[in-house]
Amino acid sequence: MEFSQDKLKKVDEIIARYPEGKQKSALLPVLHLAQEQFGWLSAETMDYVASLLKIEPIEVYEVATFYSMYNLKPVGKYMFEVCQTGPCMIKGSDDIVAYIGEKLGIKPGQTTGDGLFTLKTVECLGACGYAPMMQMGKFYKEHLTKEKVDAIIEECRKNAAVNN
Amino acid sequence: MRVKLLLKDAHVEGIRYYDTYRKQGGYAAVEKALKMTPEAIVEEVKKSGLRGRGGAGFPTGMKWSFIAKPEGIPRHLVCNADESEPGTFKDRYLMEFIPHLLIEGLIISSFALGSNATYIYIRGEYAWIPDILEQAIVEAKAHGFLGKNILGSGFDCEIYVQRGAGAYICGEETALIESLEGKRGNPRIKPPFPAVKGVWDRPTVVNNVETLSAVVPIINLGGEEYAKIGVGRSTGTKLISACGNINKPGVYEIDMTISVEEFIYSDEYCGGIANGKRLKACIPGGSSVPILPANLLLKTAKGETRYMNYESLSDGGFATGSMMGSGGFIVYDEDQCVVRNTYTLARFYRHESCGQCSPCREGTGWMEKILKNIDSGKGKMSDIDLLWDIQRKIEGNTICPLGDAAAWPVAAAIRHFRDEFEWHVLNPEECLRRNYGLAHYADAREVVA
Ligand SMILES: Cc1cc2nc3c(=O)[nH]c(=O)nc-3n(C[C@H](O)[C@H](O)[C@H](O)COP(=O)(O)O)c2cc1C
Ligand code: SF4
Ligand code: FES
Repeated sequence: MEFSQDKLKKVDEIIARYPEGKQKSALLPVLHLAQEQFGWLSAETMDYVASLLKIEPIEVYEVATFYSMYNLKPVGKYMFEVCQTGPCMIKGSDDIVAYIGEKLGIKPGQTTGDGLFTLKTVECLGACGYAPMMQMGKFYKEHLTKEKVDAIIEECRKNAAVNN
Repeated sequence: MRVKLLLKDAHVEGIRYYDTYRKQGGYAAVEKALKMTPEAIVEEVKKSGLRGRGGAGFPTGMKWSFIAKPEGIPRHLVCNADESEPGTFKDRYLMEFIPHLLIEGLIISSFALGSNATYIYIRGEYAWIPDILEQAIVEAKAHGFLGKNILGSGFDCEIYVQRGAGAYICGEETALIESLEGKRGNPRIKPPFPAVKGVWDRPTVVNNVETLSAVVPIINLGGEEYAKIGVGRSTGTKLISACGNINKPGVYEIDMTISVEEFIYSDEYCGGIANGKRLKACIPGGSSVPILPANLLLKTAKGETRYMNYESLSDGGFATGSMMGSGGFIVYDEDQCVVRNTYTLARFYRHESCGQCSPCREGTGWMEKILKNIDSGKGKMSDIDLLWDIQRKIEGNTICPLGDAAAWPVAAAIRHFRDEFEWHVLNPEECLRRNYGLAHYADAREVVA
């Protein structure tokens, strides 16, 4: 288990942003880097991050379990995180969650058998004016409709087929 | 056209990039500020009457003047870009479309506070925005506005962007500081306040994105001129993110003299209620502030016009008023169910409680469960009083204000819409069918616009 050269360089850059001896401050950004490379945070990954930052593994576990964006289990290649808080709810987010679930044959929290899709419900993502919406990887998909969901799933399948 | 300060160039093509921003007069405030003394800048901000735009509305100049200056210990400015209060998406707009405005505000504020290393803590989900901010930082640096000896003033400053990882509580300033130190976002007990002991035990000021952006027009105009915009202690302009059942959801810059009615119905802003429906209720300042029924939203209990400013929105206290909060303006039409909405908010606060204090940890979960029952037709009449009791016991009994923020929406929903809660208990079959019989409630509260 090791970061790519790029990522190792990035880690050094991040640590340099803080005062001497405060390299623990780099923990959240470095966990993001780890998740980018490995997809999720295994115990082994967290131990590796601890060794990089010269902190105790428990300090990493504490943090990784607190924040909702860190995946402590493997997830699908594409993660659909649909917001379900009030402002999205009144714009039909419940229907969107149900529709995606039906289409993919999974419930929120589950991953499809082919490992392609994970469906998750999340709380307000700061896109309430563009509801209903979901996060997919780095970006938001807003003003969702059933047709839009169909097109997104279609595109993911296509991209996955090309990459394989 | 009303006065615009923050969004005046929002629609200029290419404003995201340095050249265009500069052409529109950008960075003139830095040039001006670096010829002033830090004390003089703090003085201008005090004169401007600027109040924190993150939610609490605390006077910014006063906050800045509290920062401790112990010999030999560095100080830090931290920009709060955690923006996670349901209904709020204004900071995102500023950062995404006019990143240089925030960077300019940060340079001036860092100089005023003596921060040589300034951090922007941004919610992790806004994953594409750090790239935009970092691009702006690189551009500013290339033109001598960041880095060593800025414009020959002898002042050094670096700005770093740090992503959170999904936790509303990290918007609370002491939780944010913990998170920036690489820890769980557990709020600290105050005192000591961050101004004395903040990040790495150094004096720290935490301010909202919009607050720090507003420093730019304050320096350009001068504090006194800025204070002439608006009314009373609501000076300057405020960004409102409007969402819900309106024709034109989005981010609007208002001067704080317009009425709530104009904001909702005018084509310049929300453009009225969508689909020809009637207005039922509104949460005017982000999910934590009290919901108001249409009649109390447009007019105060005394029958006076309600305006979009700090004083008018809170007129009547929590009995008949609400708050400006973060400016997250959520509008509900006559078909919306207050019980279901309150349930989603209770679920949100349970999910976001850090778990340190029992009233918050246990109370939020309990309220969520009861609300879920009522919403799904399994509630009892006594549940309504129980909810009321629980929220009372959370309020004021916790380390940080998240407890209050979870209690207030429940209290206001029961206070103003008790009949709707009772209707759910009395008509369990109907609520399962999601037929809330709401026309009745809307009629009773109809307001002719
Ligand atoms: C639970 C909770 C969440 C908060 N979230 C935010 C937030 O997302 N953004 C923000 O600017 N302030 C937030 N605040 C307010 C901050 O604690 C702090 O008051 C603010 O950053 C100060 O900046 P200002 O004076 O410029 O508003 C939150 C407060 C609490 C209690
Ligand atoms: S009030 Fe809630 S969120 Fe705030 S410190 Fe206590 S448990 Fe944590
Ligand atoms: S409620 Fe869904 S983005 Fe805010």
